[in-house]
Amino acid sequence: MSDFMKSPFGSSAAAPSPDMQARKEAMMRNLRNEMALHSAQELINKTNEKCFLKCVTKPSTSLSGSEETCLSRCLERYLEAFDLISRTYVSRIQRERLDSPSA
Amino acid sequence: MAEPQFDQTTQKELATFLEQEQRQARLQESIHSYTSMCWDKCITGTPSTRFSRTEESCLVNCVERFLDTSLFMVKQIEQLRTRQ
Repeated sequence: MSDFMKSPFGSSAAAPSPDMQARKEAMMRNLRNEMALHSAQELINKTNEKCFLKCVTKPSTSLSGSEETCLSRCLERYLEAFDLISRTYVSRIQRERLDSPSA
Repeated sequence: MAEPQFDQTTQKELATFLEQEQRQARLQESIHSYTSMCWDKCITGTPSTRFSRTEESCLVNCVERFLDTSLFMVKQIEQLRTRQ
């Protein structure tokens, strides 16, 4: 996978061949997809765990209507929390970068 | 792999890309962990159709204070070290 990093291959000044260009782009696309998938997976696991804990307090033979309502609201709120925290964290990072540009 | 090697320019470009994506992945990871932690701290009742104002500000404060805490702790550890 990381063969290309170690290669001491020569410095051809010529523009990359269309084939190489395509392979590079495919590699980037794959990595991005992989990361998005991983993040989605994590979110699914977390919501499952948190919402089960909150909504299904006494597991019975099937999910009740009120448990399902709770689960779907819980899912929506968790995603909202993720979004809110993401925005808060990112703006904090930006703020701190402005305060100390060296960091 | 039977495919020809990437040329140096492409290698550099890919290395930069990889670095960027790793940074992005670490950021995502932190956000997942803060969300989990702050959810437990702030969302104590049954989830409703929207957050209350208290819950919302608790979530925001939770991230901010956690980051303050980690900065504070670094300073404390630094002090402990110099006191020795």
